[in-house]
Amino acid sequence: MPRPAMVENNRSMHWITNLLAGIPERKAPLWWWVAIAVTGSFATFGVFCIIYLLWTGVGVWGNNLPMAWAWGITNFVFWIGIGHAGTLISAILFLCRQKWRTAVNRSAEAMTLFAVMCAAIFPAIQVGRIWMIWFVAPVPVPNWIWPNFRSPLLWDVFAVSTYFTVSFFFWYLGLVPDVATVRDRARGRVAKFCYGLLALGWRGGHRQWRHYEMSYLILAGISTPLVLSVHSTVSFDFATSLIPGWHTTIFPPYFVAGAIFGGFAMVLTLLISSRALFKLHDVITWNHIDVMCKITLLTGSMVGYSYCMEFFVAYYGADPFGRYIFLNRYFGPYWWVGYGMFIGNVLMPQLFWVRAFRRNVWTVYLVAMCANAGMWFERFAIIAVSLHRDFLPSSWQMYYPTWVDIFTFAGTIGLFLTLFLLFIRFLPTVAMSEVKSVLPEADPHHYEPLPAKIVAMEETQA
Amino acid sequence: MSAAAVKKRTFGVIAEFGSAAELYRAAERVRDQGYRFWDAHSPFPIHGLNEAMGLKKSHLLEYIPTSFLFPLIVRGKPVDFFTVPAFFPIMFELTILFAGFTAFFGVFVMNRLPRLHHPLFDHAPFARVTDHAVFIVIESGDPKFAEAGTSEFLEEIGGRGVTVLYESD
Repeated sequence: MPRPAMVENNRSMHWITNLLAGIPERKAPLWWWVAIAVTGSFATFGVFCIIYLLWTGVGVWGNNLPMAWAWGITNFVFWIGIGHAGTLISAILFLCRQKWRTAVNRSAEAMTLFAVMCAAIFPAIQVGRIWMIWFVAPVPVPNWIWPNFRSPLLWDVFAVSTYFTVSFFFWYLGLVPDVATVRDRARGRVAKFCYGLLALGWRGGHRQWRHYEMSYLILAGISTPLVLSVHSTVSFDFATSLIPGWHTTIFPPYFVAGAIFGGFAMVLTLLISSRALFKLHDVITWNHIDVMCKITLLTGSMVGYSYCMEFFVAYYGADPFGRYIFLNRYFGPYWWVGYGMFIGNVLMPQLFWVRAFRRNVWTVYLVAMCANAGMWFERFAIIAVSLHRDFLPSSWQMYYPTWVDIFTFAGTIGLFLTLFLLFIRFLPTVAMSEVKSVLPEADPHHYEPLPAKIVAMEETQA
Repeated sequence: MSAAAVKKRTFGVIAEFGSAAELYRAAERVRDQGYRFWDAHSPFPIHGLNEAMGLKKSHLLEYIPTSFLFPLIVRGKPVDFFTVPAFFPIMFELTILFAGFTAFFGVFVMNRLPRLHHPLFDHAPFARVTDHAVFIVIESGDPKFAEAGTSEFLEEIGGRGVTVLYESD
């Protein structure tokens, strides 16, 4: 059986260039201005909330004891998890030679970068005295004291900053040939200059391509263990402590599966929207969405397995506190968080067993949105719900977010979407050179002539 | 070309080809002629062209193990043997980080990029190389290069729009 075409309707290379490089060349459509006005306002108010927090102190948040980590760290883990799907698509699927990734990898990688930026905000502002944040850097300046290299929190600093750096390299390296395309088509002086600088003088020579491809392969090779390590390291923040609900060995794979699941949900959310708005249907086809839905189903089921296994270990572990925390997660005062995460992450993705649901824009969007919410509930259930009833019943408390909590989180959503809107406006949203390389005529042994109509069209356009 | 331009040093000869398949065949011919300072330009990497051009695999892969040594210098010292695993995450992340530096900056060093200008950018049709066109360029520094002979050769192997390029000022 022949494999479905990567690009539908026999589109030519020139058509692909026109479609994708055309987006930054045209004026921004009205919806773009409306969208960025809304997201930009949220982001700006988020900045205000952060300034208010730093000015006044962490007391403006709803945190208390025992819930010293609540909303902020929940958001940190939520955002950092979202990034993982981008790296999975760009690195792991590249190593697996999954050619369909070419249509989605660019925007998924951009999503990774923006999600990591949003994530990094929260631990930085949660430390309270942000002017001391440089203590986490390995410089022995204050009294010749080094940071504690054996603390999982410091592991996080290294993991997240390495993750951001390597993800940026990966994204930018992939962008260079495509920015060169935009450079070569640019008419305005400013555009020529800016895209020319970003393209670094790329000429598409085969002597350049072979180093480029090797570098890309190496970056994919090192990103694969990296992406698995980052969320494992994040899970160590919890797993190495003694709090019931945190102290469990299942966390690293459980967190990684959840991260990829949540990330794919976000990729679907963003791609379905930009595909419709920029009419990318021939490049991001139903086959691509179908495969991503299958990965969502797989990872969602892995997450479901982890939830059940947690329950089993709590029962089998014979620790009364451990048992209580898991019953409390589903039947305590935060029962709705437990059900939210179970329904959103485990039950809703099961719809994707049915092919018709994987190929319907509304069901895909619904499941993706449920998963986005479900993953946030999961982080809250693990972090805050485990903390609110700890070993000492006399210190049990409920947690209620303040308006600063809520709008800081809304601000990061605004920041994330603003950055994404800027990205789809000014940079090639889909990796053009990679999509071209999976076309049949990119194969040097392909001698089938192009349809005469397309040849004629290309000659008039060229 | 104007009279002033002719005085400039010749950079090389460029020819355009109709498709990746034509480029591949032409590249084999150029290789068989024994040219060394030449390149094939395309909007995407063409697999198999390494062989058609007589090139080996990129050397970039060899640089990784060197970078693996760096993290050992960066980290602090363990207090006793049993805490050694606690240092692994940071060592691991730094290993990845330095390997990432090598891979990312290595590709630009080996490709001699970034550069602001190149004689090829003076050739107007070359702007389509990032769209759908493919070219072969033979540089004047090549021992076998002869302006007339190389141009004729490129036409003979199916090149279109064969043009002699000059160094920019």
